[in-house]
Amino acid sequence: MNRCRILPVLLIAAVLLSACQAVATDSAPAAAQPATLTVATHDSFAIGEEVLRQFETEHNARVQILTLGDAGEALNKIILSKDAPLADLFFGVDNTFLSRALDSGAFVPYASPLLEHIPDDLELDPDHRLLPVDYGFVNLNADQAWFADAGVPLPQTLEDLTAPAYKGLLVVQNPATSSPGLAFLLTTIAHFGEEGYLDYWQALRENDVMVSDGWSEAYFEHFTVGSGGAGDRPLVVSYSTSPPADVVYATDGRTEPASVNISPQNGTFRQVEFVGILDGAANPELARAFIDFMLDTTFQSDIPLQMFVYPANPDAPLPDLFVQFGQTPEAPVSIDAAAIEANREQWIRSWSDVMLR
Amino acid sequence: MRRVLTAALFALPILFLAIFYAWPLLAILRVSFAGAPGEAIGQVGAAVGSPAFWQLLWFTTWQALVSTLLTIAAGLPLAYIFARYDFRGKSLVHALLTIPFVMPTVVVATAFMALIGRTGLLNTWLQDAFGLAAPPIRLEQTIWLILIVHVFYNVAVIIRTVGGFWTNLSPHLGASAAVLGASPWRVLRTITLPLLLPSILAAGLLVFLFCFTSFGVILILGGARFATIEVEIYRQAVSYFNLPLAAFLCLVQLAITFSVMVAYTRMQARVSRPLAQRGGGLARRPANRREWAVLAIALAVTAAGLLAPLGALAVRSFTLGDQGPTLLYYQALTTNPRQSAFFAPPVTAIANSLLYATATLLISLPLGIIGAYMLAQERSRWAAVFDPLLLLPLGTSAVTLGFGYIVAMGPLRTSLWLVPIAHSLIALPFVVRTFLPALRALDRRLREASATLGAGPLRSWWTIDVPLLLRAALISAAFAFAISLGEFGATLLVARPDRPTMPMVIYQALGRPGLINYGQALAMSTILMAVTAVALIAIERFRVPGSEEF
Repeated sequence: MNRCRILPVLLIAAVLLSACQAVATDSAPAAAQPATLTVATHDSFAIGEEVLRQFETEHNARVQILTLGDAGEALNKIILSKDAPLADLFFGVDNTFLSRALDSGAFVPYASPLLEHIPDDLELDPDHRLLPVDYGFVNLNADQAWFADAGVPLPQTLEDLTAPAYKGLLVVQNPATSSPGLAFLLTTIAHFGEEGYLDYWQALRENDVMVSDGWSEAYFEHFTVGSGGAGDRPLVVSYSTSPPADVVYATDGRTEPASVNISPQNGTFRQVEFVGILDGAANPELARAFIDFMLDTTFQSDIPLQMFVYPANPDAPLPDLFVQFGQTPEAPVSIDAAAIEANREQWIRSWSDVMLR
Repeated sequence: MRRVLTAALFALPILFLAIFYAWPLLAILRVSFAGAPGEAIGQVGAAVGSPAFWQLLWFTTWQALVSTLLTIAAGLPLAYIFARYDFRGKSLVHALLTIPFVMPTVVVATAFMALIGRTGLLNTWLQDAFGLAAPPIRLEQTIWLILIVHVFYNVAVIIRTVGGFWTNLSPHLGASAAVLGASPWRVLRTITLPLLLPSILAAGLLVFLFCFTSFGVILILGGARFATIEVEIYRQAVSYFNLPLAAFLCLVQLAITFSVMVAYTRMQARVSRPLAQRGGGLARRPANRREWAVLAIALAVTAAGLLAPLGALAVRSFTLGDQGPTLLYYQALTTNPRQSAFFAPPVTAIANSLLYATATLLISLPLGIIGAYMLAQERSRWAAVFDPLLLLPLGTSAVTLGFGYIVAMGPLRTSLWLVPIAHSLIALPFVVRTFLPALRALDRRLREASATLGAGPLRSWWTIDVPLLLRAALISAAFAFAISLGEFGATLLVARPDRPTMPMVIYQALGRPGLINYGQALAMSTILMAVTAVALIAIERFRVPGSEEF
């Protein structure tokens, strides 16, 4: 009987203890009351501890991060709360959502002096309401060993993927629920045109392409590399930084990735991520300082290995792994942000009609 | 005075739902339809006119119905055996049964793939054993896999709810019938099943609602081919930001949920009857070899169906590819090689999760039990209205309600308090449903007798209700706790990375490529399972002093 009573008591004690600890850290008094800067972002945001502390010390500020779900969810929550903003600034609008974000009127302009370091082709909002912070490329990743063992050459073009040699090898994501999925759909629209892309997808379907809901399922369940051999698809739609990540997050100390980027002509899509100050921010001054900080080299150099994307500021050095295995593809497709917002639903619907019926 | 006090008490759950459910929901509906009413009506009209809309309703309904029937069919025999036999480790089995509840869908999906995927264990084994060229089991992205996983997730609801009720069923009626010559089959058909019907209906309704609003299972295991109303709401609200259409679909979902619940309430009132209940009435140790064999088979089936996928997952968290056993993934959880901010070692994530779950328990259990008492009041006008209303949160789209919180909750929306409150909203219907059948079955004459013997209302509650209803309350508590432990909540809530929970750590790891991340997700899932099991066993073993005898 004793045993039975001790367990719940221990459990409750542990919980209460941690609760007390939590309260204690929350209410620690500071010398000069630091101002709180609230940064809203999406689930994938990451930042180095040291980097964050540096900003907090320099500006006598406390940074509160809020994550609002995936990129689409997060932006919609920002738009819905624009009359009573959740935060001072929002990081994580990408170019597929740029138009929606700008049209909402939720962001106010800020022409940061640091923008002079940022390449012009990343600045997609001439009014500087949304400023580019990083970019990445959605492209194909292939399992090098699988193709070598099977004696099949790596595909070179988007058209190759419909060839019999590549039947049943590719897994893509549903563009309705996944941002790399949407990016890959956009590359096919750019390459084959609005008249041709559906025929291409029809051919892909006949070649037994697999459609998964999101990136995690595609990569970890179906991609032979990501699943450690449990999946049976040696080709996946992923990012050009996935091969460096395969080394960074390896379990066997490998120095070369098992996967390799395939960047066919018109087969990659560049995602640019932006930050902007919210209209009605409680601390606009501090928010501007944080944006300058985000565009400066300390934060920019921290970006690659925290979020596995490329820094917008070319002065920030790239880690060796990125230089070796995460080459930025030449000539990614470009589609106007306004065109994406205007046609997104129609394109996805047509895609679904071909792929899912 | 007593009446006022009772009314004030009964007002609590209603107030809770009004503030944290009805108000944000109405706010988001208002915002959604306010923009351009003409345009909104046009869109809704176009949607209703398209065959895709009716297909959506049809698929959502039939898959939920079939899933529920399969779950009941799978759960009832096990509920009976676990209710009937006492054996060592029973509370462990009960706790293990509830674990699927807390598992994130992505992780469950990988577990099933590891087991029955094309290159999974079962296919590899079958191919080796029978020399087959192609994997014989091809369930990936089929409706079968969705149904199987729905059963996997929900069978615990049937086993626990019906089983708990069954245990307390007095065996005398059945025994008398047997003495009078009824066959076991006839006893089951004419006595046991009718007596159990209220709890089967209650548990079945919960399962139906869960499957009706199924989201992750449909998307992740069905690939992209299947869509429930909930999935479509998400697409409209998030991908296309078409709030009027999302809000309309949310209302459709609510309307269907509400009518199902009204039908249920009617049926429930008809089939419920007070029973001579006894704590632990039916449970005993198996008496002979045949009974031991039945129990062993039941345990084996449970292990194969429920524990094999979870076990496969745990084994993988300790296995490094082909290189054998490892603790690498667990070590990786405790290190922060890239010095990321908001890094949470497992202990922190466990403590945060337990803290939220305890708060959820403290909010939802009293509210749910008060709610159940309110509903159990005979001839109460309130009961007829609030019975279905108490369940509505389960039939409400999470993304819509999440947007509602953003619009309506003011400073509370970024507060840590909203986390247990939102978890309680999901747990509340569970608490009410698991508790109510037991409460309704409580024989009023017992209370009347104690009152006649001079006991005050509090005393008769303490001596009659508490001992007899404790089991049901503990099962409710276990569900509330488990629901909170497993809730990821990013859709519903604003998450605070400075206060990460176990599911948050899992999703974080799954967001990045690389085997170590995948391994960490597996390791954290395994820890989540272990913590859940320990917590549930602790809850199961809780006893009110002085009532050990029942």
